[in-house]
Formats: sequence, C-alpha cells, structure tokens
Amino acid sequence: MNKTDIISTRNMKRDFIEDILKRTKKMEPIAEAKKQVDILEGKTLATLFFEPSTRTKLSFMAAMNLLGGTIIGFDDPRTSSVKKGETLADTIRVVEGYANAIVMRHPNEGAAALAAKFSKVPIINGGDGSNQHPTQALLDLYTIIKEKGTLDGLEVTLAGDLKYGRTVHSLAYALSKFDASLVFSSPPSLRMPEWIVADIKAAGTPVKEINNIEVQSDVLYLTRIQKERFPDIEEYQKVASAYVLDGDAMEKLGKETMIMHPLPRVNEISAEVDKDKRAKYFIQSFYGVPTRMALLAMVMTDR
Amino acid sequence: MGEELKVKKIENGIVLDHLPCGTAPDIMKILGVDDETKETISILMNVPSSMYKKKDIIKIEGKEFEDIMVDKIALLAPGATVNIIKDFAVIEKRKIRIPDVIDVVKCPNPSCITNQKEPIKPKLLVEFTKPLKVRCFYCERVFSEQDVMEKM
Repeated sequence: MNKTDIISTRNMKRDFIEDILKRTKKMEPIAEAKKQVDILEGKTLATLFFEPSTRTKLSFMAAMNLLGGTIIGFDDPRTSSVKKGETLADTIRVVEGYANAIVMRHPNEGAAALAAKFSKVPIINGGDGSNQHPTQALLDLYTIIKEKGTLDGLEVTLAGDLKYGRTVHSLAYALSKFDASLVFSSPPSLRMPEWIVADIKAAGTPVKEINNIEVQSDVLYLTRIQKERFPDIEEYQKVASAYVLDGDAMEKLGKETMIMHPLPRVNEISAEVDKDKRAKYFIQSFYGVPTRMALLAMVMTDR
Repeated sequence: MGEELKVKKIENGIVLDHLPCGTAPDIMKILGVDDETKETISILMNVPSSMYKKKDIIKIEGKEFEDIMVDKIALLAPGATVNIIKDFAVIEKRKIRIPDVIDVVKCPNPSCITNQKEPIKPKLLVEFTKPLKVRCFYCERVFSEQDVMEKM
C-alpha cells in the first residue's frame, strides 16, 4: 500500500523531516496571508478526536481550509458510534470511505499505528495516549529553525512532565536525528521513560538529566505538570513550583534561551514572561498551521 | 544416559529436550495440560545434562509439532529442542528459537491499543534475545524479559 502515514518521529529519517520542514517554509506565506489556495480542492480530511483537543484540531482545520479542502469529523466520542462499542478498526474502515486522510487523537498508545494498519487512506497521529504527538514535534523543530537558524549544535532542555508528555517524547526522538544535545529536566517521578532515554543515547545524542529549569540551553521546552499525577496536593505543589517560569526564574535563565511550550499553559509560565523576547510559544503555536498544511498536502497529493 | 531414564520410550509424539532445569511445570501450563488431557505425558526433571548440568524433559505421546505453542515455549526455553518421534525413532530434531516477532504474549502496557477490544494480535518485536528485550510495534514501549514473562 503506497501511502504516507505520520505516526511517530521515532522511525522518521532526517531526510524525511527536512523535507517536511522545507515544505512548511513554502506554506508559511499562505498561512500568514490567510489566503486560500486550491491544492486540496475536492479533498476531504476526517478529524477523529477521541480525546479533547483545541490547538491540534483547530490548526488542522485552518490548514485544510487554507488549502481549499473540506473537513468532517467528531471531537466528542460520546456522540459517535464509539459509544455503542464500535472498535477503532471498524471506525477507521468506515471513515476511510468518506475521506482522503484521517487525523486522529486517541487515549490509547498505539492507536495511530493500528489505524494505519487498517486504513487505506493516510493516517496522521494527533496524539496517541502518552506515546507520540509527531505533528507537534515537527512544528517545534520548525520553530527552532526559524528562531535559531539550525537544529545542529543546539542544546535543548525538555522540562516538566517527561513521563506522560507525548510532545516531549516525539520532540526528543525528532531532535535525536540531528546533532543536538538534550537535557531532560523533571521531578523524579516524572522522568523520561528509560527506554526513550536508551533510544536517544543509542542514536548518539548526548543526554543529561537534571531537576530544575535554571538552564543556559539554546531552548527551554517547558510542559505542564498535572496535579492528577501526584498522590497528594502538597507533594504536587512542592514539586511543580520548581518548574514555574516567572520573573525571578527568568533572571536565572540564559540570555538567549528561547522558551517554548506546547500550550495550553496553566500556571507554569506567568503572564509577565509573555513580553520577554525569549518567549516564543505563541509564534510556535502559529507554526502549527503551515506545518500541518505541509503534512496534509504531502500525504494527500505529494505536493 | 539412557539407562538412567526410568521412563519408557514413546511410540509416536514429541519430546521436548534440553529444557532449562525447573521450567517443566511452566511449560506444562503453556502446553495446556490438565486432567482432561488424553495424551500420556512424562516429565523428567533434574536430568544430568552436558548443556545445563541439569535439564528437564517432557515427553508427550500422540502430539504433533504443530500442536504446541513453540514460540511461547521458546521464551522460557530458548535453545531447547523438539524431537519428533515416529515408531519409537527420532525422525527429526527441531531447535526452538525465539522468533523475531512475538504474537503469543500480550503487550505488557495495559493501555496499549492491542489490549483493548480490537481485532489484532499483539506484535512484540524482538530487539535482543540475551537478555530478552522487546518493543511493542504499536505502543513503541520496550519491555524486559521479566515484563514478558509476567504476561505468559
């Protein structure tokens, strides 16, 4: 079956990632001008969100609109046949008949790989449990390149919930294809899974583990630490406070350290940081649109 | 060594030989042996062996090679052999090896899509055999020998 699925950055080759980043650059002016082109006219994208999403879903919708295509889908499985007990394999084999590609977010790890196995149309993983979120990692790479000019030779600190955070799993694998070095910063109970650390090291990427965000790295990629991950609120407060970026923490951060976050943030980045020139999370969020335009055009038309 | 064995030769069936010492009871579970089983089964444990010093042997009258879950047995007893017996003679010896893909053991990640009610088999890709290290094709997690054994 000759189709391109976007499932995981772990198996992506550097050439493939660079090709997507080049395509993203070409899409950026269209996304900025919010000018519709007809590359995907007559094509339909199905968005199957078995878990809530705002940014991922909206940016895929915006991307599809800008390319002249149409969108179908659901974002509340309670109103779909899933509630009646339909298997994912069946849902996919039905929806593939309605669409030219499927974007899916699902609470179980491996759901996207299963969908790709059953689907005749390309599957784009919009997040599968705590495993992967590859399109987020691609837009993250694009943001770093836009801001720093390169991915090679950079030190990137991934901080916060590294255990359950699928965005940091995907980004760590994606960066391991380049000559970057990685710093993993998390509370002990939310460390990067050992198999990911082993994979990253096996790829030849230098890895360091720390437990604070007072870093001088080229990039600080902060993620949210959720209360639900801790047995009690006191433990959470004690741990999470070390991963909050406020005015004081900004003083201790590298002068050229760009701050990224997959959003939504809750209180891990205070509003006073937004005006700092190092804060890049809103432009990062915007780059989701051209990145997803590039991916949609690639998997649906190879253009 | 033949004189030491106090168990008769079988006429037709299979002999699982060179099983690591102490694995016979677990392998009997994999074989699904219980009081409903019709075949005559002989179990020898702590048999002197050149390979392991001591080994276990299981002889099953009337079973074919295809009847046994060889991939599952391989996880407990890699390097064991299955001797196929016809008319009291060994007509073939097959070495058991760990397969490249294990589909007879569930993914140890309870949240993996293969552990939901989906119409697919597990798919654990063997990355190393000694010690065993597998990666789920679907959820991408890596598991140790102990993780896999707990799912047997």
